[in-house]
Amino acid sequence: MNLISNQNRGPIGRALKDGALAAWPICLGYFPVGLAFGVLAQKAGLHPFEIGMMSLLVFAGSSQFIAVSMLEAGAAPLAIILTAFTVNLRHFLMSSSLAMVVGRTSKKRLSLFAYGVTDESFAVNLFRFRQGGWDLKRALFVNHFANLAWVASTVLGGYGGKLIPEHAFGIDYALNAMFICLLVFQLRGRKYVVTALLSGGLAVVLALVVAGNSYIALASILAATLVVCLGGKGFQP
Amino acid sequence: MPESDYIILVFAMGVVTYVPRWAPLYLLASRRLPERVIAWLDLIPAAILSALLLPALLLDPELRQVSLLRPELLAAVPTFLFALKTKSLGGTVVVGMMLYWLAGRFI
Repeated sequence: MNLISNQNRGPIGRALKDGALAAWPICLGYFPVGLAFGVLAQKAGLHPFEIGMMSLLVFAGSSQFIAVSMLEAGAAPLAIILTAFTVNLRHFLMSSSLAMVVGRTSKKRLSLFAYGVTDESFAVNLFRFRQGGWDLKRALFVNHFANLAWVASTVLGGYGGKLIPEHAFGIDYALNAMFICLLVFQLRGRKYVVTALLSGGLAVVLALVVAGNSYIALASILAATLVVCLGGKGFQP
Repeated sequence: MPESDYIILVFAMGVVTYVPRWAPLYLLASRRLPERVIAWLDLIPAAILSALLLPALLLDPELRQVSLLRPELLAAVPTFLFALKTKSLGGTVVVGMMLYWLAGRFI
């Protein structure tokens, strides 16, 4: 390959290390959730192989939990597929934000990168791209590590393994703590603080009235739109 | 459900999950967008993170109501301050877990 661009920042080993350093909080957070999912899926009658297939092909936590409970309740396949689509539509927003920062790169790599866009990898990679010194190779490693942790933990859970006793070491809180810190990184000025407060408040209210997790995308779209339309020139970044 | 039907089902779930992840990256990357759209997308990460977090911290999933005495929320305040002060992602994760564990013991 004679591709020399800003995509290639040092040897692959360093990219792997950078990716691992960025990905560990995600992996740590995925493990208890993945194990719990595996245990539930196994109780719903899925074999570890079937659990692994779902984690690999779908790679989206909340929709997998919902799918398993729908399977157990004997829901129609089409209903399960449509639910997965709705639950995961919020990734559309995340990929749109990521598209602004990935820079010029091959469409093939972008298509692979898209597979690994989750709430968590989105937040980590977006922050790193903004911070600088980040490229798609490193971002891909973050996605792959997260994917590996998810597939491995769900399959382990499927073997009935509750390797980590429930709620041990506050591990259930790993992803929340990660989101808190990544939110802090996003609060780079008044308009971001206003957007976050508005979006969070709307999300709490919407979560109480609308079903499922559509409140995440709804609140985000509403808050960002309101701030762009009404804030106008009043906000200095 | 037979194995082959199950594989078709998860494959279809995978496709409908992948397309919204893929389309914006494939279509929008390296394209000039109007200023207002860029300004809007610039706010989306802060909005999404907050929309993911606040309900998880404030809402009791069983009662479906706001509850201020949840360990999730009590741990979040000092975790937030720690993140603000140190700007360390790894440190915040470890401190947050510890605080949550502590909060759980006292409630």
